[in-house]
Amino acid sequence: MALRLPRIGTSQIVALGLILVANWIVSPQFFDIRLQDGRLFGSLIDVFNRGAPVALLSIGMVLVIAMRGIDLSVGAVMAICGAIAASLADSHSLPVVLAAALGAGLLCGLWNGLLVAVLGIQPIVATLILMVAGRGIAQLITEGRIVTFTSPDLAFLGGGSVLGLPTPVVLTLGMMALTLLLVRGTALGLMIEATGGNPRASALAGIGTRFITVAVYMWSGLCAALAGIVASADILGADANNAGLWLELDAILAVVIGGTSLFGGRFSILLAVVGAFIIQAMNTGILLSGFPPETNLVVKAVVVLAVLLAQSPRLGGHLAGLGVLFNRSKSGGRRP
Amino acid sequence: MHATETLPPPLLALTGFSKSFAGFTALDRVDFTLRAGEIHALLGENGAGKSTLIKAMTGVVARDAGTMTLDGVAITPRSAQDALAAGIATVYQEVNLAPNLSVAQNLFLGRQPTRFGLVREGEMRRRARALLSEFGLSIDVSAPLESYSVAIQHIVAIARAVDQSARVLILDEPTASLDAHEVEVLFAAMRQLAARGIGIVFVTHFLDQVYAICDRITVLRNGRLAGSAPVEELPRLDLVRLMLGRELSEATSRRPPASAGESRADVATFRGVGKAGTIAPFDLSLRAGHVVGLAGLLGSGRTETVRLVFGVDPADCGQAEVDGRRAAIGSPREAMALGFGYCPEERKTEGIVAELTVRENIALALQARRGALSPLSRREQDALAAKFIGLLDIRPPDPERPVGLLSGGNQQKVLLARWLATAPRLLILDEPTRGIDVGAHAEIIGLIRDLCREGMALLVVSSELEELVTYADEVVVLRDRAHVARLSGAEIEVSTILATIAQAPACADAA
Repeated sequence: MALRLPRIGTSQIVALGLILVANWIVSPQFFDIRLQDGRLFGSLIDVFNRGAPVALLSIGMVLVIAMRGIDLSVGAVMAICGAIAASLADSHSLPVVLAAALGAGLLCGLWNGLLVAVLGIQPIVATLILMVAGRGIAQLITEGRIVTFTSPDLAFLGGGSVLGLPTPVVLTLGMMALTLLLVRGTALGLMIEATGGNPRASALAGIGTRFITVAVYMWSGLCAALAGIVASADILGADANNAGLWLELDAILAVVIGGTSLFGGRFSILLAVVGAFIIQAMNTGILLSGFPPETNLVVKAVVVLAVLLAQSPRLGGHLAGLGVLFNRSKSGGRRP
Repeated sequence: MHATETLPPPLLALTGFSKSFAGFTALDRVDFTLRAGEIHALLGENGAGKSTLIKAMTGVVARDAGTMTLDGVAITPRSAQDALAAGIATVYQEVNLAPNLSVAQNLFLGRQPTRFGLVREGEMRRRARALLSEFGLSIDVSAPLESYSVAIQHIVAIARAVDQSARVLILDEPTASLDAHEVEVLFAAMRQLAARGIGIVFVTHFLDQVYAICDRITVLRNGRLAGSAPVEELPRLDLVRLMLGRELSEATSRRPPASAGESRADVATFRGVGKAGTIAPFDLSLRAGHVVGLAGLLGSGRTETVRLVFGVDPADCGQAEVDGRRAAIGSPREAMALGFGYCPEERKTEGIVAELTVRENIALALQARRGALSPLSRREQDALAAKFIGLLDIRPPDPERPVGLLSGGNQQKVLLARWLATAPRLLILDEPTRGIDVGAHAEIIGLIRDLCREGMALLVVSSELEELVTYADEVVVLRDRAHVARLSGAEIEVSTILATIAQAPACADAA
């Protein structure tokens, strides 16, 4: 494991900036923001609004990965919780709907956590179980149909706005602030980093590694539940087949772009969220540029490679390297 | 035993082998000679250079200096494959085979008999059976390897190695996880190979086994050749002395006069505490201001003892009393709640968190005891780090440096600081001076004395007997996973400890 001094995250923030500038080049109205009916609109706002579910997932994922784990089930948990929220929305009050959906997310996380911490199953296998089963459970809840609802309360969580900002963005920021408070305001963050860095030494130092493991998976489940609620509220319905599909991979990518090692240890919640927005900014950029969406995946891969190279301790001149690689990929893409 | 008097030309001869890693000398001009048909024990404590010597002679690491001849021809293997092609095969303690493949597949992996590119399964099984029958094994060679005992797996590994035209077979602690019967099975196979003229290098920690099967012994210590002799010329006591590097004549007790420690209160008492297969039940009494040393060879049960005391491995019998009250110590957390602290021997894998800073590493145990919800503020952490960096002279004195970048001695000090920060009543130190430089040795010993004077109870595991006798009030000697003697007062001398360690089990001694 490479030893590094604490990161400051320059490469991620520069990468996000460069991608936003590239978006502006392909779409000059990119930074145009207008206020309409008390809500901000514009492509930039869209990036954050569309990126919210993955950003929410990455908040939980970063903690799991810092513990040397991984949570493949978050996409499926989104589908379960979205289905629960959509099914209950028209018959129950919002607090009940939220409690049921978030509670289901916590339960899913508890299941994962117990498999990993108590039964000692490898995280990738343990969470794969729920990744596969979860979508089935979601389909059972929706009885195989796309469930729709009309409740304006729940719809507000997807399409509403608070102080001009879309609700999903506010929820993401709120969740991030809450998680930061819980993790960095207490000693949990240190314990997570210690356990991820050296589980045996941490257990010998008296850290309750098992409890923290379960707690971290539950938090990931909670974040996934919130992401599922937002996704359902956005489309006024629940699609058990497609809600959150493959988003676990985007969330893992966001965490890795955010500089947290898959071998555990040091982590940054803020940079994981930045990583999620980097991914969304690329998606949006491709759409705006008018290229076929298929190119998205290739460009995404190149940018991810660039960010990883920039973080590589072996590669000197972080920013220079990132800039060169990034510009090359972009100019290559713009050629007709 | 085989005749070594006629002195046939050596099969394998190493001269002047040297190897250093980043300034640390792991091997210093070591000579080693192996004859055909000889079973040659390679002994030494942890860090003596056995593994490095094996790796250097099999090309896993490149030697810095030295020559090597096999059958009089100079060779320099560049990899384990190279060495194998030259005729030197190695079987490690952890069998390097595929447990899910069949025995026959394991034996012929990568060199299966084929016809038109297809593996001839029947031919492979037939040859596997023939090969194993030479070792007196008739087992189902199409069953997966993992369905057999570790001893059989070892023999399969050996058979595979030998079948690849090996002249020299290196066995690195093959018996560590075997029971007595399995050891016999393995020994029978080894004798058979030796009779066929294969030279065997046998690394082990069990002295009984050395005397049971070996013809010659070579001892390494601190990377140097400590001695090499036919087994008849090296009685047990001399062997232990060679391994631990002590001369009986120089063993004078340098212990400070016994302080008024006798009247101190018991911190913890263990009665009949043990764990089946790990350590035989023992009694242990730990008092404030009192240092109890644990002495014995590697694998004698020292670390196992302290792991029971700290609750890392829960005991399955006996009882512990702390402050006169019965205590269940089922986990490190429970031990910490009782005021215990433990610096493990494996600093890198069980001690430090390399990625975290010196400050965070020092705060870790105290933080764990306070619980996650009452975090040490940054200011408290800084104060803690500054205090211990000053007190223990941790260098460089930078609290924000990842601890993995510090030297071994300073990492050890950070670990000590971690536990001292919790103000423990009982501190357990497992090899506190292993792998650190001479200066840091003295500092850590000084620190042990200071802590003792301040009334802390200490339980120290150490192979450095000369150091141990200078600070221990009581020394428990371990052998074969049992506490065999308890020395105190004037009995605490290096010579007495050595003699106690070297004593063969009563029955074998008479032979």
